[in-house]
Amino acid sequence: MFPELNNLLNTTPDRAEQGKLTLLCDAKTDGSFLVHHFLSFYLKANCKVCFVALIQSFSHYNIVGQKLGVSLTAARECGQLVFLEGLKSSVDVFFRAQAEPHPLQFLREADAGNLQPLYEFVREALKPADDGQAAWRCPVLLVDDLSVLLSLGMGAVAVLDFIHYCRAAVCWEQKGNIVALVHDSGDAEDEENDILLNGLSHQSHLILRAEGLATGFCRDVHGQLKILWRTPSQPAAHRDRSLTYQYKIQDKSVSFFAKGMSPAIL
Amino acid sequence: MAAAATCGTSAGNKGCTAAAAAAAGGKNNVTSFQRKGPRASVPDSGCARLVSIAGTRPSVRNGQLLVSTGLPALDQLLGGGLAVGTVLLIEEDKYNIYSSLLFKYFLAEGVINGHTLLVASAKEDPADILQELPAPLLDDNCKKDFDEDVGNHKTPESNIKMKIAWRYQLLPKMEQPGPVSSSRFGHYYDLSKRMPQELIETSKWHGFFFPEKLSPTLNIEPCSLTHGYIKLLQFIQNVIYEEGFDGSNPQKKQKNILRIGIQNLGSPLWGDDICCTENCDNSHSLTKFLYVLRGLLRTSLSACIITMPTHLIQNKAIIARVTNLSDTVVGLESFIGSERETNPLYKDYHGLIHIRQIPRLNNLIYDVSDVKDLAFKLKRKLFTIEWVQDNYLRQERNIYPPGFSYLLKQKDSAWGEGSLQHSTFLMSFLAKTAAFASRLVRHSEPLEQTDSRSILQAAGPGVWRDGRRQEAPGLLAIPP
Repeated sequence: MFPELNNLLNTTPDRAEQGKLTLLCDAKTDGSFLVHHFLSFYLKANCKVCFVALIQSFSHYNIVGQKLGVSLTAARECGQLVFLEGLKSSVDVFFRAQAEPHPLQFLREADAGNLQPLYEFVREALKPADDGQAAWRCPVLLVDDLSVLLSLGMGAVAVLDFIHYCRAAVCWEQKGNIVALVHDSGDAEDEENDILLNGLSHQSHLILRAEGLATGFCRDVHGQLKILWRTPSQPAAHRDRSLTYQYKIQDKSVSFFAKGMSPAIL
Repeated sequence: MAAAATCGTSAGNKGCTAAAAAAAGGKNNVTSFQRKGPRASVPDSGCARLVSIAGTRPSVRNGQLLVSTGLPALDQLLGGGLAVGTVLLIEEDKYNIYSSLLFKYFLAEGVINGHTLLVASAKEDPADILQELPAPLLDDNCKKDFDEDVGNHKTPESNIKMKIAWRYQLLPKMEQPGPVSSSRFGHYYDLSKRMPQELIETSKWHGFFFPEKLSPTLNIEPCSLTHGYIKLLQFIQNVIYEEGFDGSNPQKKQKNILRIGIQNLGSPLWGDDICCTENCDNSHSLTKFLYVLRGLLRTSLSACIITMPTHLIQNKAIIARVTNLSDTVVGLESFIGSERETNPLYKDYHGLIHIRQIPRLNNLIYDVSDVKDLAFKLKRKLFTIEWVQDNYLRQERNIYPPGFSYLLKQKDSAWGEGSLQHSTFLMSFLAKTAAFASRLVRHSEPLEQTDSRSILQAAGPGVWRDGRRQEAPGLLAIPP
């Protein structure tokens, strides 16, 4: 969790909004720091988190989480975090035939499968406890990242359907949140990815877009972050404020500053 | 080691360079700027204590175990080496001349360190590939070979120049090649000689030659992967499982690293059609294969190098996806057949090397080298990577005003040289300096001649602030 980003988004773990779909997007840079931010943010906010991690291993997220002040192992043991490790499961799915369907069952299937098993997994993970009293604040689904599903043979429509179902189950029924990362393929002309990105941009409440600098690599400015609120309830003050910030990723935090105001050049 | 470890990449590089230079002997130490190398002998002993597997060292940044790519200059660019459990993707150059060298370096490094090899190819028999590995430069008797190869461009003249042009000492240094003992991390190889036969015989390797593995009957269960990829994945999984490279069943013997090399992945020889058409049926085959392969690597003590003919792949979207699914991506762009071959800027080089992606492992940030414009050169015995600017600065030293090269360097790290922005910047800078210089000259002019005054009037009022605007109405004292 980066306090500076919380300030920009005008939120804290104590008063996290509910029922929102947040789209993270990165173009020409790596936006994974945003995923780490939201993972630690919602764990600190005492939310029940289902993390579908398709791109990295558990230990990676755990070590970075420790730098940001959360322990994923502890959270997983106490049931706050449900972690689906895509890389590890892919090996299991691919080499060992299993009786019960695995969430990533589509890896094995010849024709383009669907994401229904994954949806069932998410719904099961975020189901409210039976005893009625809620131990956790609200459920959160976090996906890193949706573009991988396209690479694994899913169509853009199947992924959009998956998010649609998850919205209905998590955001509406349980007043929870969804955070998903999608790569912007830029000039690679990845049609499926563009469909996915545009479709999600259309329905999300908040879009955080990390971009590499147009002028190329710079040691002191790693990129710029564009914040776009799509909810009308935001105070008017936010609307006319410039919401493009440049950032520099440090070892344990990210510092944000206005465009051209990097401490290195001032 | 600890001292070199804590002070980050740049300081580490200097230490390594000093160590390498000291190892290479006193012949080149003529400059007065040569750093004394107190750490020269430290890395070997430090690594030996920390690491139990030969040929590996822990990363100072993320704690991952690293293996060498077989090319110390490339290791340095990739943040110290290739992390165990990750994929290094080499985008092949057009005729696959130089990428196969990197491939062989990677395997040769495994042979020297006693790692188990897994070589997969659809084109050449893996046994033949092993026969063609370059010979390591291990002992002192190689040193004179080396000096003649390295020393030919290190003339005394260039050393004297270095004394005058002191600021070039601040430029980032590439690792200088030097023969070293076998215990070191990363070795140098002599491309003109073959690996000794006894070394290859003692090494343990598995070969996967795709034409041999083709089964006549396709009685496998339907899967969306191409047949060759399924076979290869099963082969790799078998090796990893049976030899205990995955941590799940404890190894009886000493732990070892599995080095996997896959040649020309994605080419039509593998039965993949992404090189043939833009919209093919199994366009997800390659990405799925990479995903499962990465899953296998992450759960085992192995590192993988893949060369891929990306220039053949018709659909650019697939290249972007493949890049996203790999850890480290390095592109080679050879000058053969391109107009850059005749560009005097590149006359010393054989191609450009692009570091396209460096993984973030256990970290928010990643080890990025400040050096962006890199070129490679194939010498008689060595494949070297150099900073293009080095040569560039040498050229512009005499043409441009002082301080300009620094500006140029800053700009060039963002813009590719020879690009439009670069030349525009150059022109505008030169125009500005010319205008500035002429203004200085005009200010110091005595302005006595009438013809020069008429020029001033023609240039318009407001330019001159020294009270000589004759037609200005508010002026009382008009100089004669």
